[in-house]
Amino acid sequence: MNVASELSLLQQTVLIAAALVLFLSFVLLAQPRLLAAIRAFAWQGGLLALITGLVATVNAEAHLFVSALLTLALKAILIPWMLHRLTRRLELERHLEAVKHAAFVQIVAVALVLFSYWLVLPIIQQDLGFTRNIVAVSLAVVLLGLWVMITRQQAVFQVLGFMSIENGLFLAAVSATEGMPLVVELGIAFDVLVAMVLFGVFFLRIHNSIDSLDVDRLNRLHERLEDSR
Amino acid sequence: MNMLAWLLLTPVASACVLAMVRSLHAAGWMNVTASLVTLVASVLLAIQVAGSGEIVSAYFLIDAFNVYLIVLTSFVGLTTAIFSRPYMAYVHETGMTDTRGLRLYHAMYQAFMFTMLLALTTDNIGVLWVAVEGATLATVLLVSLYRTPEAIEAAWKYFILCGVGIALALFGTVLLYFAAQHSDGWSDASLAWSELYQHSAGLEPVVTSLAFVFLLVGYGTKVGLVPMHQWLPDAHSEGPTPMSAVLSGLLLNVALYAIVRIKMLVDGSMAGTGTPQLAGWLLMGFGLTSFLVASLFLHRQRDIKRMFSYSSIEHMGLMTFAFGLGGPLATFGALLHMLVHSLTKSAIFVTVGHAAHIAGTQNIDNIRGLIRTQPAVGWGLLLGVAAIAGFPPFGVFTSEFLLLTATMDSQPWFTVALLSGLAIAFAGLFRHLHPMVYGVAPEGQVPVPANMIPVAIHLLIVLVLGFAIPDVLAGWIDRATLLITGAHWL
Amino acid sequence: MSSFAWLTICLQALIYVSLAPLLTGWIRKAKARLQNRRGPSVFQPYRDLRKLLAKDVHVAHTASPLFRVAPYIVFVSTWLAAITVPILVVELPTAAVADLIVLVGLLALGRFFLALAGMDVGTAFGGMGASREMLISALAEPAMLMAVFTLAMQAHSTNLSTIVTHQIELGLSLKPSLMFALAALSLVAIAETGRIPVDNPATHLELTMVHEAMLLEYTGRHLALMEWAAQVKLMLYGALIVAIFFPWGMTEIVDVDGVMIALLATLGKLALLGAVLAGAETVLAKARLFRVPALLNFALLLGLLGLLSHVILEIGT
Repeated sequence: MNVASELSLLQQTVLIAAALVLFLSFVLLAQPRLLAAIRAFAWQGGLLALITGLVATVNAEAHLFVSALLTLALKAILIPWMLHRLTRRLELERHLEAVKHAAFVQIVAVALVLFSYWLVLPIIQQDLGFTRNIVAVSLAVVLLGLWVMITRQQAVFQVLGFMSIENGLFLAAVSATEGMPLVVELGIAFDVLVAMVLFGVFFLRIHNSIDSLDVDRLNRLHERLEDSR
Repeated sequence: MNMLAWLLLTPVASACVLAMVRSLHAAGWMNVTASLVTLVASVLLAIQVAGSGEIVSAYFLIDAFNVYLIVLTSFVGLTTAIFSRPYMAYVHETGMTDTRGLRLYHAMYQAFMFTMLLALTTDNIGVLWVAVEGATLATVLLVSLYRTPEAIEAAWKYFILCGVGIALALFGTVLLYFAAQHSDGWSDASLAWSELYQHSAGLEPVVTSLAFVFLLVGYGTKVGLVPMHQWLPDAHSEGPTPMSAVLSGLLLNVALYAIVRIKMLVDGSMAGTGTPQLAGWLLMGFGLTSFLVASLFLHRQRDIKRMFSYSSIEHMGLMTFAFGLGGPLATFGALLHMLVHSLTKSAIFVTVGHAAHIAGTQNIDNIRGLIRTQPAVGWGLLLGVAAIAGFPPFGVFTSEFLLLTATMDSQPWFTVALLSGLAIAFAGLFRHLHPMVYGVAPEGQVPVPANMIPVAIHLLIVLVLGFAIPDVLAGWIDRATLLITGAHWL
Repeated sequence: MSSFAWLTICLQALIYVSLAPLLTGWIRKAKARLQNRRGPSVFQPYRDLRKLLAKDVHVAHTASPLFRVAPYIVFVSTWLAAITVPILVVELPTAAVADLIVLVGLLALGRFFLALAGMDVGTAFGGMGASREMLISALAEPAMLMAVFTLAMQAHSTNLSTIVTHQIELGLSLKPSLMFALAALSLVAIAETGRIPVDNPATHLELTMVHEAMLLEYTGRHLALMEWAAQVKLMLYGALIVAIFFPWGMTEIVDVDGVMIALLATLGKLALLGAVLAGAETVLAKARLFRVPALLNFALLLGLLGLLSHVILEIGT
């Protein structure tokens, strides 16, 4: 049964944007250039704001407009800008990080998408609006963000993964429950902002401490455990 | 309500003020004063609740379950603040951190207390999430306070693992909200726990069980459940000792509190299905694994704070197991264990902080002969470890005995696993403890200025609880048990 | 009616052979304009073909008979493949064989003989070109199939005519799966027709060429057929993309007016597509050969995402 054709153009745009959000998660996974990855993340945030705004329009939910604006400001502008500034400050603009085992990483990523689809099937079966199919995408974005954090060694990429997990969660909230209560959403936005500031502090500290942002080199505590065997 | 405002606003206000206070001396005393005000407010709140049963307002819910944790949290907050005043002064003298670092420390200490208290008092599970995430953010800079490469690594690990874990918990929260919106006969669904609890029978079991898995993994990361425990030993060993004390004594409790609250909802929704015990079984599985793995890991530790953090994982595992087991007896035992473990573990960390200053290292192999160099610290460590290992007559023995009895009642085979785990942990602790306390002290080892009063108070309370639980406290815990399991034990 | 239908089929077939050089000429012209050159006339490819057809054929001593046959096989198979792609009218009598799998197979047949012919004479360049062509096609084919499956799942058929009909009936609809399939198919088309950034059709620089390297030994009418086949292939891919993703104007009812409208619409769309291609080729630089697998893997991923987003986002339960 095909449902897409029964939707209005606005709703179809939401689906397209959701698919692009997923696509950008794949880009984050494969993009070797730091600045391009940050840009991809900013686009993801922008699309998220677009989705939120459209869902707000379709379902006539006023409070979603607020969260759309919040997302746009935070995820599409402020955080990418902060990351951009930090990379310039740490002179990482030309940083290239080859993705190891690229094919394997992508295959696992596709498997994760399938897994999240399978996981949320019982939810999709509930009576939901046109956004029901996006729930699977949102979980996939969460899991892909996790996968980015596992496969990337560089701290900035890990933060991008972390933040795209947040994007996925936000998408889940928008698509499954038409957003969270405003208090909670403000709290989450505050937490994300503080987390970003702290990440910035940590970049500087890690950079001062090991003269690199390659997190794989943070292995002292692990080694000490090896010694004690 | 008034007391609630005092309780929550005191830490916020003092965090703001402490961020600006330059004098170390003044900041230390202000920290203690603020903690004292918080404690007084929490005790008054508890009395209020004892009179009226429970307080429900738009955003807050105080009932028997969380009020005792609130008092515990502010009490440990106060004693740790008392300990941290001279301790941080000593740290400052040794030059491990500068004045700015100490300002950060004091402000974040109060901010952390605020997030803990907010998480405990709030009725909204979304705000609960925000508060627990806030607790990570408040402590993460403190873990890397000393700025050594190890400390930075530990803090980064803590940040990333807890951040990711807690993100999964948010997904679970979204799912719960979703279930609430789609339950029958509840038009204005909200994230308020009390309302969710009322309507829990109408929540779709498939969705709530999925949500529970995400929430368990998420908050379980904070509790330190194996295999999400990796951050815990690092963060405890590299951060300042007062931080380790409050992390072990309070943060883990609050995360477990969140899990238990969620379990109550899920149990309500699963009641009519074929597997009403699903959430309980999951908790038991995670709990038992953490308990056994941590007790084995105790043996191979070389860092004293790492060792005790594994002991924390072990005890949190035990409590998780007990809450999973359900039933009034097990729940009563688990609640009691939460209390005595917090008190004992924070006392131990305080003592360990002094011990590490005496020896000048955290390496177990180099900490020797404490009882000769400074008897108070030596005795403190000895008694603390005896208490945490479950020796009678300490309170930990009582609660562990209750837990074992409960296990024997419902799942006898697990008793074997629990007993062997306790024995292994016991051996691990004492193997390392003996030379540290009684060994030959190295030349030139001198006592340090130590404030052992908090330790003494904590251990005394634990001791008293081992002999007899006061009626007031027993009644309290029993009311919490009634709330969680629906039945009295006493 | 039936005879008119057959007439239309012949018309479609003729359009491919007659207008393919024009499309190539148009793209070259557009490109030249974008690069601030005047460029040759759009009819220059016709003149080239006429000249080549009139010239003598020279065949290397080492060449086997296969070398002489290959141009005809390549041309015919490409042409047959092209005929399966509807450009004017859907549901013609030949629609039954107009299957996407058949299309992929016919193209593979042509490519197989092209590569054989490239190696036949035994020169280094021919072999090099053939091996590169096989590398690219081996990577492009899965991506193409993935895009094809995405489309097939929408229409529940791999029949091109059915797919196009389905698309026409759907009207204007934004579907993520189609978007990804379009992107994947475009990348595949670029690789298969040897355009920038995979291959440069205008170069004869030994180190970079792929398609030209295989044709180095050909002369006269053989070369003309090979070039012509390449032009038909380019038009085929253009027509395929246009037919599947922008089918508006194509007709089901076979009458003169409908066919005329369809012809105009298709030509307009192809011209537009050609202009876009020219623009893209002006902006992009040719990639190193070793980057080509990454590009095609990306196309495969896009195809896969198309498939996934169809399953996840577009199917209701």
